[in-house]
Amino acid sequence: MGEYWNIKPELEDSVKQHFSAPPEAEVELEFEVPEKDFNTAGRGSSEVKDLLKRLGVDSETLRRIAVASYEAEINLAAHSKGGVMSCMIYDDLIHLRFLDKGPGIEDITQAMIPGYSTADELVREFGFGAGLGLPNIQKNSDALHIQSAKGSSTLLELLIFFSAP
Amino acid sequence: MTKLQTLIPLIQATNHTPGLDPGKVEFSGAYVSDLLSDVMGSASSGQVWVTIMRHLNVVAVASMTGITAIIFAKGVVPDADVIEKATEEGILLLSSPMETFNVSGIIYQTLND
Repeated sequence: MGEYWNIKPELEDSVKQHFSAPPEAEVELEFEVPEKDFNTAGRGSSEVKDLLKRLGVDSETLRRIAVASYEAEINLAAHSKGGVMSCMIYDDLIHLRFLDKGPGIEDITQAMIPGYSTADELVREFGFGAGLGLPNIQKNSDALHIQSAKGSSTLLELLIFFSAP
Repeated sequence: MTKLQTLIPLIQATNHTPGLDPGKVEFSGAYVSDLLSDVMGSASSGQVWVTIMRHLNVVAVASMTGITAIIFAKGVVPDADVIEKATEEGILLLSSPMETFNVSGIIYQTLND
């Protein structure tokens, strides 16, 4: 089982606090992300973005959440047998979880390298598959956690704080 | 900030989203790429995006990134479903018959005038 963590050093305490004792979410949403369906992928991100915009989240934070979330949805559509996106909104942060039905990532460290991609022709025809999805997710997240193994499902979850404490 | 309307005659552009007024859209810069993750990773909100990719995902990418208008170069024309989605999201779609290099050069000049 491979596991990967990337947490912004200045936010380590808040992130650990959140994962060890998560409070009750203000809003919880769930979206199906089907395999190889690049039109459905993105619906969840779009809905979450519109909701956060109404809640008054600033445009730069909104952009970071939308980009990380959309890249993760595209990853489910492009690389997995489909999965579920869950969104938990709290007072000060958003927690996004993407759980797929496999086939898993053999080497997560390698998958994080910009430009490394296992995308097929179909994915590339859609303008994705440049090997920038996971690096983009990491760049825009305050905390990123990936758990996977070859032949099993992948869990990717991320936290983005609305205003850095 | 530069008004999109100023750019339209210079790149001989056609507006595919008549429901949106280019006189009201302003932009602060531009990004040029045909790789969607590259755009999401490096474009900033308030920019226009020059591309020859024309499928539905370009609208989602623009919307997530905060891009105000997509300029299709080389005479690329988007399909009706792309136009409908862009209108819904408030993203202006323009086509220019010029090549990407020339469109970009004119945008650069307009921004630096």
